[in-house]
Formats: sequence, C-alpha cells, structure tokens
Amino acid sequence: MDYSVEIANLNFCYRPAKTVLKIVELNIARGEKVFLYGPSGSGKTTLLGILAGVLKANEGSVKILGHDLTQMSGPARDGLRGAHIGYIFQMFNLIPYLSVLENIMLPCRISQERQRRLNGRSREEEAKNLAGRLGIGHIVTDNVVDLSVGQQQRVAAARALLGAPELIIADEPTSSLDEDHREGFLQLLFDQCRDLGSTLIFVSHDRRMMPLFDRAVSLAEINHT
Amino acid sequence: MLLFLLAYRSLLNRKLTTIVTLLSIGLSVGLWLGIEHIRGGARESFSNTISQTDLIVGARGGPIQLLLYTVFHIGTPTANVTYESYEKIKNHKAVLWTIPISLGDSHRGYRVVGTNEDFYRHYRYRQDRQLEFTQGRAPTGIFDIALGSEVAHALKYALGARIVVTHGITRSTGIMDHDDKPFTVVGILQPTRTPIDRSVYVTLEGIEAMHIDWKQGAPPIKGQETPAEKIKREDIKIEQITAFFLRTKSRVQTLALQREITNFSEEPLIAVVPGVALSELWSGISYGEQVLQVVAIFVVIVGLLGMLMSLYTSVNERRREIAILRALGVGPVKVISLLVFESGLLTLIGAILGVGVVYGSVVLLQPIIEQQFGLHIPLRALTQTQYSYLACVVAGGVAIGIIPAWKAYQNALSDGLSVRV
Repeated sequence: MDYSVEIANLNFCYRPAKTVLKIVELNIARGEKVFLYGPSGSGKTTLLGILAGVLKANEGSVKILGHDLTQMSGPARDGLRGAHIGYIFQMFNLIPYLSVLENIMLPCRISQERQRRLNGRSREEEAKNLAGRLGIGHIVTDNVVDLSVGQQQRVAAARALLGAPELIIADEPTSSLDEDHREGFLQLLFDQCRDLGSTLIFVSHDRRMMPLFDRAVSLAEINHT
Repeated sequence: MLLFLLAYRSLLNRKLTTIVTLLSIGLSVGLWLGIEHIRGGARESFSNTISQTDLIVGARGGPIQLLLYTVFHIGTPTANVTYESYEKIKNHKAVLWTIPISLGDSHRGYRVVGTNEDFYRHYRYRQDRQLEFTQGRAPTGIFDIALGSEVAHALKYALGARIVVTHGITRSTGIMDHDDKPFTVVGILQPTRTPIDRSVYVTLEGIEAMHIDWKQGAPPIKGQETPAEKIKREDIKIEQITAFFLRTKSRVQTLALQREITNFSEEPLIAVVPGVALSELWSGISYGEQVLQVVAIFVVIVGLLGMLMSLYTSVNERRREIAILRALGVGPVKVISLLVFESGLLTLIGAILGVGVVYGSVVLLQPIIEQQFGLHIPLRALTQTQYSYLACVVAGGVAIGIIPAWKAYQNALSDGLSVRV
C-alpha cells in the first residue's frame, strides 16, 4: 500500500527524560482524509510539528511520502515541507503586508517543485482559479487585513493547495469559524483534496465533524507516554 | 528576489518605524559627513589665507608667531626689520616681488597695517584671488586709509570719513591716540573671508608720519607736534618695517633664499615658508576637529542602536509571520537573512539619504556659511576614505541586524509551527 505518512516507534521529547510523544505505529494512506483529535495538551501540535519536519523525532522513523524525516537535515526537511506539504493554521494564516493573491502564490515562489507542478500555467492564473473554486475570487486584490476570518481561512486553504502538495495538514482551521461556515469550509477543502489527490490530516478537538472523514485517530489512544 | 520583496514589503508595512529609523541613520551619517566636509573646508580656508607667497620674513623669533602677526593679525611683533635690510633682500636677484608690512597701531581694535601698493598688486589668497576695492582706491597719500570689508561694515564708515588711529593695539580709543593726525578713508576692500577683512590699511609713510615726533616710544608733548599739513611725503624717511612677504622668481630658490636670510649678517632675521608654518599651526589647533569627528561617529553609532531597538522589538510582533514562512518551507537561516537583509537595506538607504542630506545642505547653505563665517565649503566628491567609512556604517548595520535575527532564529526554533500570538 502507498502511504503518505508512516510513523514507527516514534519517540519525542523537548527535554531529556520527559517524553511528550511515543507512537508505535501510525500509517496514513495516500488520498486519505484523517481526523486527528485529542484534548489540549495531548501532543497534537507537537505531532504536527514532527510531520511537517519542523521538529525532529528523537527515536523511530517518520516517513513522509517515503522520505524518512529522521534521516534528513534541517534544510532538507524545510525543502520537503515547502514542496509537498500544505499547512493551514488555526488562525492568522496570512502575511499582513502582502495582498491576498501574493499570499496564495507564496508557496510557488518559495518551492520550485510547487511551481513546477503548475504544469506551465502561471502561478497567478492558477492562484486565481483556486481562489475562484474556493469562493474568494472576488477578493484576491484585497488587503488581507480587511478580510473576515472565514475569508482568511479560505485564502489559507488556497495557499496550502496551490501547486498540489501531496499532504495537507490543517491545525484546527475551523475553530474560529461559526457552524455554517465550518461545514462549507470543510466541504471546499474536501473537494479540492479529492481533485488534487492530496492526503488530508485534519486536527481538531471538536468531534462533531468526525463523521465526515474517512478515518478518525485519537491521539490519546495512540500516544503511549 | 523573494527575500527582497518580503523585506521591502515588511519595511513598508512598518512605515513609521522605517521612516524614523531611516531619518536617524540618514541624519547621523549626514552630520558625520557634514563635519568631514566642514573640516575640509576649514582646513582649506585656513591654508588659503595666503597664497603665492614663498617666504615671510621678520625679526628673529618663533615662526608661528611671525605667521600669526603678519597673516592672521594676531599677537604682537617683538622686533622690527630695518628698511635697509628690507631693500637689500628686495633687490636680491632671486626675488620677484615683496610686500612690506608695518604693524603696531590700531583703530578701535582693528589692526592698522602699513604697506605699499605692492600689497594690492601682489597679495593673493585662495590660490589666485587678488585684492579689489568695492569702493574707492588704494591709499597713496600719507593720511589715506583703506578699510577691510568687515571693518567698514562693522563701523559703518563711508568714503571720506576721517578716523583717528590709536597707538598700540587696544579696543577703545585710548590714551595714546594719534588724534593730531587723522586719516581719511579712501577705499573699501572687497570681502575676502580672510583676516584681511578685519584690518585697515595705510601707507608706510602714514605709519612714519604718525610717529614723526615720537622719541624712544614716547609721544610728543602736547602743542609741540608737527602739524599734519606740514608733513611732506618727500621728507619722510622710512626707518623700519615689521616684516615682509616675498615671492621668488623660481620656487626652487626658496630654500636657498631662506637659508641666506637666516644667515643674514646685518641683523637677526627669520624667513618662514607659509605652507609649512600653516600646517604646523593647523596641527596644533586641529584637535578640536578630531573631537568633533569622534562625536559624529558616536552619533552614527547611536543611530544604528536606534535601528537595533526598532528591529529587536519588531521581532516579537513578527513571530506569526516567521511561523508562516517556516510552514511554507523557509529555513531558519533564510529567516535570519531576511532580518539581516532588512537592517542592511535600512542602513544602506539611510547612508544614501545621509549623503543626499550633506550635498543638499552644502548646496543650500554654501553661500550663507561663506557670508556668515567666511568659510568656503567646496562641493566635492566623496573621498575613498569616506566611501570606506560609509561601507563600515552599512557593515555595522548588517552586523547589528544579526542580533534581532538571532532572536528570531531562536523563536523560530522554539515556536516551530505552533500558534503563539
């Protein structure tokens, strides 16, 4: 089976002898939509940091798209993240001094791989396309500070999706949205992930959304600290 | 390119702090370069007080003292040169021209310089500028007097004014006025921005005429003076002068002539090369400018510290921004270079601004400074040294940028992708 994420015998601690995360096995298939939940303090953010390659596991192996992050240097992990992972924060996703369009286009300016995957189309055209599909086509020239929270999260989604990264990691992206917008946002995200064939790891403590996903993983259950 | 865009947009986003930082760097660099310019101008003005004169000859004494009383009209001569010796040297085959000067009297604090027409013909300052009259002519009669521009301006004298000269150098009209022999203003000199402006000029005969009845430095008894109208130019015999300037026919003869004058057998004389004495004098008084320069360098450092402060405080506000860039695959080293690049850009623009400030103000203030302070600040290209100083400022800015960048790096490592606002 083809996996996006393969974790084996992961052990992570910020300080020696104080293990925060200990996961024996976690595999996520390509194209899968996974709901990862757990109470605050269960190590969600830490796990996401490890998956994104910002934090480095002390023991075990963490494979993203077949690349073992624990064997890679910092810059190599940064490069991998830029090329293959789209990341959506809980809030404040956007760089305030860039326009909406510039924010969306950023990943393709940072990673050549992401630019390459536009298949020759200009990143501006593609960013506008994506914005249109996410229902924010009319605000691409706006100042990001003038956007509503819902619009901001859609811009963040567009940025994470541009250049079709194989893995989308979303860290509670809906927690600042109200219920109507939450469902709508999630649906858009699912549609785009399906179209692009991207794997989605969605973290939340709000389990009402759980049934919409292919699979749910309780961090509290898999974390053996 | 992206780095440049991000730095530029981020600076633009913090418009106020960016402008304040740019101003503080620009003004401090401007102040420092401005002082450099004024230093150059002052030095040049100073050494341009007298030009084309190869030797100043006077009674034996300190060379700087001779320079001071003959050129700058400061201090008093201790002894004189006999007219005989003067004529002997004047007629030396190596000598092109001479300007005799006779000092010792004053008018309301301004020196009275006795000289002859050679002064107006040969004296040069600032390379090749000659003395000229705004009004009137050079003194020729015994009781003719010409005024330096500053004297005329300060005392509000016009042509035809009758003025009395005081014996010795005092600020007020004093106990020893030559009030029996008043002078008539016949000319006013053009401003030169040199000590020439602060003196008055009479003929050598005028000086002798004033002292005609004096015996061993004592004035004549009242009522026994020779009346002014009875003094005839032909009757006056010039006994001595204070000093004289001379120019050689060929400059290579200067040193030989100097030696010859020093060994002059009839009386003890000294001959001074003005350039040498001027630079000796300048090095004595230039510690002031060095202090100024040190102060200016500190001002530049304070300007850079201001930038450090504004960048350092911005690092915390920018944690979000840095986390976003990290999530997009920007490595921590790139984050550092973004901040270092920003500070480098700020100092570079600030330094350019400073250069602009200096040249702008030199152009604007040049005539005012020349008029008010008699200081000519030339507009000239930056020297190699100044370029390297500017490079040091920019390098300093970059180095200082490493401090907030290091803090941002630490933040980036500890924050990772976690949300901390």
